[in-house]
Amino acid sequence: MSDLHLKKILELDSMKQQPTRFGYADALLDLGAKDKRVVVLDADLSKSTLTNRFAEKYPKRFFDIGIAEQNMLGMAGGLSLTGKIPFVTTYGVFLAGRAWDQIRTSICYADLNVKLAGAHGGLSVGPDGATHQALEEISIMRVLPNMKVIVPCDTHQARLATLEAAKISGPVYIRLGREPIPVITTNRTPFRFGEAQVMQQEKDVTIVACGLMVYLSLLAAQKLAKDGISCQVINLHTIKPIDRKAIIASAKKTGAVVTAEEHQLAGGMGSAVAEVLAQECPVTVEMVGVKDTFGESGQPWELMKKYHLMDGDIIKAAKKAVQRKK
Amino acid sequence: MTYKAGSGHPGGSLSSADIMAVLYFGVMKHDPKNPKWEKRDRFFLSKGHACPVLYAALAEAGYFPKKHLATFRHLNSILQGHPHRLKTSGVEMSSGSLGQGLSIAAGMALGLKMDGNRLKVFCLMGDGELQEGQIWEAAMAAGHFKLNNLVGIVDYNNLQIDGSVEKVMGLAPLADKWRAFRWNVIEIDGHDVLQIKKAFIKAGQSKTKPTVIIARTVKGKGVSFMENQAGWHGRAPNKEEYMKAIAELNRRTV
Ligand SMILES: Cc1ncc(C[n+]2csc(CCOP(=O)(O)OP(=O)(O)O)c2C)c(N)n1
Ligand SMILES: [Mg+2]
Repeated sequence: MSDLHLKKILELDSMKQQPTRFGYADALLDLGAKDKRVVVLDADLSKSTLTNRFAEKYPKRFFDIGIAEQNMLGMAGGLSLTGKIPFVTTYGVFLAGRAWDQIRTSICYADLNVKLAGAHGGLSVGPDGATHQALEEISIMRVLPNMKVIVPCDTHQARLATLEAAKISGPVYIRLGREPIPVITTNRTPFRFGEAQVMQQEKDVTIVACGLMVYLSLLAAQKLAKDGISCQVINLHTIKPIDRKAIIASAKKTGAVVTAEEHQLAGGMGSAVAEVLAQECPVTVEMVGVKDTFGESGQPWELMKKYHLMDGDIIKAAKKAVQRKK
Repeated sequence: MTYKAGSGHPGGSLSSADIMAVLYFGVMKHDPKNPKWEKRDRFFLSKGHACPVLYAALAEAGYFPKKHLATFRHLNSILQGHPHRLKTSGVEMSSGSLGQGLSIAAGMALGLKMDGNRLKVFCLMGDGELQEGQIWEAAMAAGHFKLNNLVGIVDYNNLQIDGSVEKVMGLAPLADKWRAFRWNVIEIDGHDVLQIKKAFIKAGQSKTKPTVIIARTVKGKGVSFMENQAGWHGRAPNKEEYMKAIAELNRRTV
C-alpha cells in the first residue's frame, strides 16, 4: 500500500496536520519575547529543527555551535551557570545519543537548567533512514537522574510543553517529530506537566500512548467500540516523572493495558508503564512499538505500517489483552 | 588526602599544585565567605581526577574546614572522588569524565560576555585529556566567539595512564594546534611561580582571543619517587610512602 493510500485510510486528509517541531519553534518565539534569559543553541540543523525562526528574531541569543553536539551540550551547561535558560536543539539521535555522556555528567549530575529538544524522533522521519530515526531516546534519557522526559502528541502540545519546560528547573528532554501529524488538541487544551491526559473513560481496556501514537490509539478505540470493546485512552505526554496514579487507576478499572509508542520497546514508554504496573497493579499488558530492530528508508506511513505501528496493530493488541485477562 | 582515602590521583594533583596555588592565592578574584559571589572569577577543573589539589586549595582558602580533607572519597563525605558542584562549596562544576570542562568554561565565558561582565573564566586541562575530540570542538568555538575572557591551562606533564603522552597519542606541535584554533599561546615552566603569575597577567590583557597557557610540568612534582612515574597516576601511597612524601614536600615549602 502506498503512503498516499495509507494516509487516506487514516482519514488524514480531513485533519489539520502539523509537525511538532512547529509548536516548538512557536514557543521559542514566545519565550524569546517574554524572557531575556532564554537562549537557543543548534548544531547546523536550524533550518530543519526550525530554530532559525528564533535566530532571525533574536540573533544575539542564538548560537550555531557547528557540527559539534558534545561541545554544544557543555556550552549550554556553561551558559546556564550564568543564569541563562538554554534550549539545545538538534536531531534526537545526535543529541541524546552522541552527547549522552555529556548530558549525564555535565547536565544531569550537575543538575543544570538546560532544556533539550530532540527533533526527528521516531520512524516517521522517513526517507533519511535508520541513522536519523531516533528510536532509543526515551530509554536513554529517562534513565538519567534529574532528567524529565516529555513526548508531545501534537503541535499545540509541543508548544505548551516547551513553554512549561522553561518554567521547570533542571534538565528536560522534549521529543519532536519531522512529519506533519494530526492536531488532536486545541490551543486551549491544558497541558499539565507530569499529569497524564485521560482522553476516553471506558472500561474494557486501557491504551497508554505518546506522540503520534495517541492519534492512532484514538482511531483504534473508535474501531474497537464498533466491535463492542470500550477503551480508555491515556496520553502519557510526560514519561518522566510518570503519572503513576492515572495509570494505576485506569489499570484497576480495565484490568488490561496496551502501550503504544514510536520507539524501541526496550526501555521506552511502554517499559515505564510496565514498571509501574508490575510493582503496583499487575495486569495483562500488550506492547506496541519497534521490536529490537533499526528502521530504514521509506515514506513515513509506509514505515509505520511495515514496523507494525498502525491503528490496526493497536486493535490487535487490545483484543489480545482483553482475551488474556479472561 | 589520597593516603587517608586509600585511593585517588596524586601524580596529576602534584603537577598542578603550583598553578593552583598561584590561581587561588594570587590571580583569581573570589571570596570563600561568599562562594556564590556574582563577581567572582570562575575556575573549572576539567581534569577532575586531580580534585585533591582543588580541595586543598579550597580548604586553604577557607571554603570549608580542613578537617574534611581526611574524609576525601569516604561515604557521606562532601569531597567526592571527582568534583561535584552540589556537594562541595567552591566547586563550580561537576567533572570526572574527561574532555568536558572546556565546553562548560566556554559557555560560561560566552554568557558572561553577553551580560557585559568582565570576569575571567579559567579551565585546567590535562595533556592526555586533550586527546578528547570535544576539547577541540570547544577550542574551535572559543576562538570563533572571540572569548578573550577565557583562559585555558594545560598541565603538560607528558604522562597519562598508559605511559608517555607522546607515545600513546602524540600532541606535538601543541602550541601550533592552539594557534590554529585562533588562541593566544603562552608557554611556561609550570613550577616557576613567577612565570605562572606573569602568564596569567598577560592572558588577562588579550583583546580578541582566548588564551591557553601551556605549562610544562612534572607529574608527581615534589615527591622524588613519584616524579615522572606513570604508575603514580592513580594510586595512593601506603603509610611509609606517605611519611616520606610529606617530609619531602615540607622541605620544599620552607
Ligand atoms: C572520558 C574519560 N575517559 C577515561 C577516563 C579515565 N582517566 C582518568 S585520568 C586519565 C588520564 C589523564 O591523563 P592527563 O589528562 O594527562 O592527566 P594528568 O596527567 O594531569 O593526571 C584517564 C584515561 C576518564 N576519567 N574520562
Ligand atoms: Mg598528563
